[in-house]
Amino acid sequence: MRKRITALITVSVIVCMALALLTCLFIPKYMRGIVEGALTAEYYDDKAPHEVIFIGDCELYENVSTVELYRKYGISSYIRGNSQQLVWQSYYLLEDALRYETPKVVVFNVLALEYNEPKSETYNRMTLDGMRWSPSKINAIKASMLPDENMVEYVFPFLRFHSRWQELKATDFKYMFRRDPVSINGYYLRADVRPMETFPDPKSLTDPEFGSNAMNYLQKMTDLCKSKGIDLILVKAPITYPYWYPEWDAQVTSFASENGLTYINYIDKMDEIGLDMTHDTYDGGQHLNVYGAEKFADYFGSYLSENYDLTDYRTVPEVAAIWAEKEDLYNRILEQQLAELEQYGELMNFGKNAIE
Amino acid sequence: MDEIIAILKELHPDVDYETNKSLVDNRIIDSFDIISIVAEIDDRLDVQIPAEEIIPENFNSAEALAALVKRLEDED
Amino acid sequence: MLFVSYEFIAFTIILFVLYYLLPGKWQWPLLLLASYVFYWIANPYYLIYIGTTTVTAFVAGVLMDKAQDRADLSIAAAKKDGTYTSDFKKAAKARAKATKWKILLISMLFNLGILAVTKYTNFVINNINNFLSEANALKAVDILVPMGISFYTFQTVGYLIDTYRGTCKAEKNIFRLALFVSFFPQLVQGPISRYGDLSKTLYEVHKFTEKTFTSGLIRIFWGYFKKVVIADRIITAVTALIGDTETYTGAYVFVAMMFYAFELYCDFTGGIDITIGIAQCLGITVAENFNLPYFSKNIKEYWNRWHITMGSWFTDYIFYPLSVDKNMLKLSKWSREHLGKFWGKRLTVYISAFLVWLATGVWHGAAWNFVVWGLMNFVVIMISQELMPLYEKFHKKFGWKEKAWYGVFEICRTVFLMSLIRMFDCYRDVPMTFKMVGTMFTKYNLNIFTDGSLLNLGLSGSDYIVLAAGLVIILAVSIYKYRSKKDIREVLFDRPWLWYGAMALLLVITLVFGAYGHGYDATQFIYNQF
Repeated sequence: MRKRITALITVSVIVCMALALLTCLFIPKYMRGIVEGALTAEYYDDKAPHEVIFIGDCELYENVSTVELYRKYGISSYIRGNSQQLVWQSYYLLEDALRYETPKVVVFNVLALEYNEPKSETYNRMTLDGMRWSPSKINAIKASMLPDENMVEYVFPFLRFHSRWQELKATDFKYMFRRDPVSINGYYLRADVRPMETFPDPKSLTDPEFGSNAMNYLQKMTDLCKSKGIDLILVKAPITYPYWYPEWDAQVTSFASENGLTYINYIDKMDEIGLDMTHDTYDGGQHLNVYGAEKFADYFGSYLSENYDLTDYRTVPEVAAIWAEKEDLYNRILEQQLAELEQYGELMNFGKNAIE
Repeated sequence: MDEIIAILKELHPDVDYETNKSLVDNRIIDSFDIISIVAEIDDRLDVQIPAEEIIPENFNSAEALAALVKRLEDED
Repeated sequence: MLFVSYEFIAFTIILFVLYYLLPGKWQWPLLLLASYVFYWIANPYYLIYIGTTTVTAFVAGVLMDKAQDRADLSIAAAKKDGTYTSDFKKAAKARAKATKWKILLISMLFNLGILAVTKYTNFVINNINNFLSEANALKAVDILVPMGISFYTFQTVGYLIDTYRGTCKAEKNIFRLALFVSFFPQLVQGPISRYGDLSKTLYEVHKFTEKTFTSGLIRIFWGYFKKVVIADRIITAVTALIGDTETYTGAYVFVAMMFYAFELYCDFTGGIDITIGIAQCLGITVAENFNLPYFSKNIKEYWNRWHITMGSWFTDYIFYPLSVDKNMLKLSKWSREHLGKFWGKRLTVYISAFLVWLATGVWHGAAWNFVVWGLMNFVVIMISQELMPLYEKFHKKFGWKEKAWYGVFEICRTVFLMSLIRMFDCYRDVPMTFKMVGTMFTKYNLNIFTDGSLLNLGLSGSDYIVLAAGLVIILAVSIYKYRSKKDIREVLFDRPWLWYGAMALLLVITLVFGAYGHGYDATQFIYNQF
């Protein structure tokens, strides 16, 4: 009997350990190529305090240089951004961030309001898997799941990714237990240039109204910020594609005025910012490259520092030391990209060429 | 009893029905054979075996079959 | 809830825990509750169907028993007051039998009627429309077909017939009968249990024992292994192959045939392993439904080894009663007298077998391809029956019968033949099946085996490796069972490290290599629709 119990317990422990190790091996690492999946988790590693937190989709994490905000204005900020981050995900990511700190300003990019329902399992996983477990994460998953998704597959990611045994890459082994940073405080740096193209004419809107689910979460976000004494700024990043309809703009404007919020549509200010879309974009106008992101950060940073009582962290030695490292990383990535561009004419270790 | 063995012998001449006690379980006789046996018993002995009596226990040996026929005769 | 779903697994785990925590007398009521919850989750309306079947069967059973008791009592009374004669006894018995027959007929027809209406109405409507060559002469109706209705209806009808025959006593407690009808692991795809068998362990108090529980557990894992590693993986290719009848002809049809044979085997036997394993974990013995079917040397043997509970149901409740019916015996006598020895022996057997296979075909599905499938089985069985003497002569002459290689040949021949007949179930269209099987013999595109064409069916090279390895494991375990006539679990259990090691390995392999979860479509059990 004793032998049986020993066997049972030993085998159970080995199975649990094996499954835990396999989970580490099988979950996507997002360390090369498509690195957006690694963004959410990086937030927890950052030691600097953040007075400004950005939440939203690629219109933020590719368009605002956090290092530039610091360099120029001493603003210590973080972008909790993801590809196609949906409004409820933004809300819960904010709620999650508030468990660790209370910023003075939260900036939300309004483009995601056009989505009223979950869109894609892949994007869900990239946004949510990196979150630490908390009621916010559970609620975020519940709000985001498509009909064929199951909470169990979030609790045990093994069940979702077990079939990746077929496609394991060197990075899956290398990054089993650790990750490298892929962003600088949430900013995804790209130094390549591909001038803006002409975009197809916008389709006419079948329903100009934003969905009630999306608006509901915007309201919740507003209320949450109010209750914490945080100033919420709504922005529309200076990007013209996907098309930002005047009907949508009007709705956000009226929501902002009803709730006493600031809403700034930067599409109208592209010239003022100094954006040159033949040079400041890396993918034909859908996202800014580092040159554009720095210009936008310059412009937006000056607005922030003029209108809000933000600390100049360049004068706080402990924080400045942390930011010095970030600047360093920023410059290293930039240099590496410039060198690759010089040598190959395109990026080799970033973006689609690096997809494994 | 002899009549029953005769019926069985016609179906499978090379089986030793005196000793073999698991005709059905060992698949020596199958459902088609059973139907033939029932028809022959009806024909020659004028005993009707109802469907509910067609269970392996009654057909596993010549002996069991004879006992079944005797029981059904007695009930009449 | 499908067997392969997180919900089902959670449901089962919760049930196991409660089952052994509650006092023993609450065990079977808990199973009843669980079964009804299971049905309710699937669709609350199903409960109306299964409830109706239960209530009618309960009432009919009790009434039949009462009729029998009345007769027995009057005989006993007559014996007491001295008026007893054997004629009196006969008359009393005959009266009871007549009453019971009426009750049986009504309750049976009622329940088979529900089955017929739910499953076959649209089949009949379609055929009428086809006959009138007018697509919408009659509108197809939208009828809810309850999950597992064929299985529980057959199980219930079996109970009614057994009660009528007196081979089992009617159940006096409606809740107990309700559990027999609805026992949830069986609802999905059988087996079709007999009341006399299942009731032996279904209502007992079961104490937790390591051996019973872990044996059940390992069987569940084995079932999931077959189902998710093999069946749910290979189905991708099967679907691709039978979905495009323009491209996939010739050797592809052969591939489809063999893949479907593996798929059906692993899906169906795997599902039954899960069912029987769950029952075993609960201490309940459910009848085996398979006994190494792909080791059969002829089709008759195959049908004694494949879907055993269905086969024996048809044999016991249709084939025998039909064959030994008074009129049938008369016909048999007449044919012997008038048609000569050859047909005299065969006529009634042929008629009964034909009807049974027709019924089997119809039972499998409301479509002509199933009817043809059933009749093909009949034809092949009859041909092999008639060829038997020829075979025996042949074997006497060459003496190959005892040779191992000849056994292997016979097994391959049977598997091939059964898979061939099964193509009707595969393409679901009778003329199409003939056409496709035809190309298998006329078109020689054997290059598909070497030029990588098989990698375009939705399965990658590594998928094929997993499939091959999985099938080798299943084959090895089957050969062990075939040779030693022993369940491998009996041997493993006494070696605790091997026992738990094997269980753990099976679990991890299934979890890693199973075709489940997001990115894989949860395929319905093939037998769920029957």
